[in-house]
Amino acid sequence: MNPDLTERAFAPTAPYLVGREKIREFARAVFATSPINHDPEAAIAAGYSDIVAPPTFAVVVQEATLQQLLSAPDAGIDFTRVVHGDQRFTYTRPIVAGDELTATLSVTSIKSLGGHSMVTSESTMVDANGDHVVTAISTLVVRGDE
Amino acid sequence: MIAEIGEVVAEKTYELTRDSLVRYAGASGDFNAIHYRDDVAASVGLPGVLAHGMLTMGFAVQPVVEWIGDSGRILDYQVRFTRPIVVDPVDGATVTVVAKVGALDDAEVRVDLTVTYNGSTVLGKAQARVSLAATV
Repeated sequence: MNPDLTERAFAPTAPYLVGREKIREFARAVFATSPINHDPEAAIAAGYSDIVAPPTFAVVVQEATLQQLLSAPDAGIDFTRVVHGDQRFTYTRPIVAGDELTATLSVTSIKSLGGHSMVTSESTMVDANGDHVVTAISTLVVRGDE
Repeated sequence: MIAEIGEVVAEKTYELTRDSLVRYAGASGDFNAIHYRDDVAASVGLPGVLAHGMLTMGFAVQPVVEWIGDSGRILDYQVRFTRPIVVDPVDGATVTVVAKVGALDDAEVRVDLTVTYNGSTVLGKAQARVSLAATV
């Protein structure tokens, strides 16, 4: 794997407009039963402007940044050997329907361990005002030859 | 919401089927074929079709959300993927989540999740930091 990736500046992704039905679809897929994930009236009663995305919804937006990493021609990452090692979301505020999110990738560490490579990246997501919403942190494990 | 360290605040069992995986693939945009095609899973040496790790992470926090009643109070959520969940085409997979208070102060509670499938844990260091007050 190319160690220079940690110093690379990746372009921000195109803005992702968070749709109400997309949140509902995702909420059903992760067995989310909370009314604020489905019902605008419940979300507004709880103080939000619209329905609230489940805590892991940010992965949908993060995905575009991971594609930037995996498809970088000089990254040296074989997609078929990639396994998800760990995942974290750190929120300033929850994502709600109507948010327009822009994500910027940075590669924070690349390590080798027993023939495998581990690449940790952060996708920092801001709203249309440029204010921080959530940072998604992933470690991908690229398996070496067996 | 009164809790003390070590207290189990939520416990829930999820029945995953192949339908669950197809639904998550569509909702998340993760169409890796190892999550719905037996032949592809076998060709890369897997014991069967696997649940998306992010699906497991996604539902494992739901008992915590149901306990606090507001998904917006989840400040931070992390997991390590330590073992795959094989979803049988007929029998599916049964996954159990136990949520226990790991740490507590005036403002936040850290909930530690134990997620079990087939007698083994599938996530490591699965922790959610939850605000005790509304965030909006």
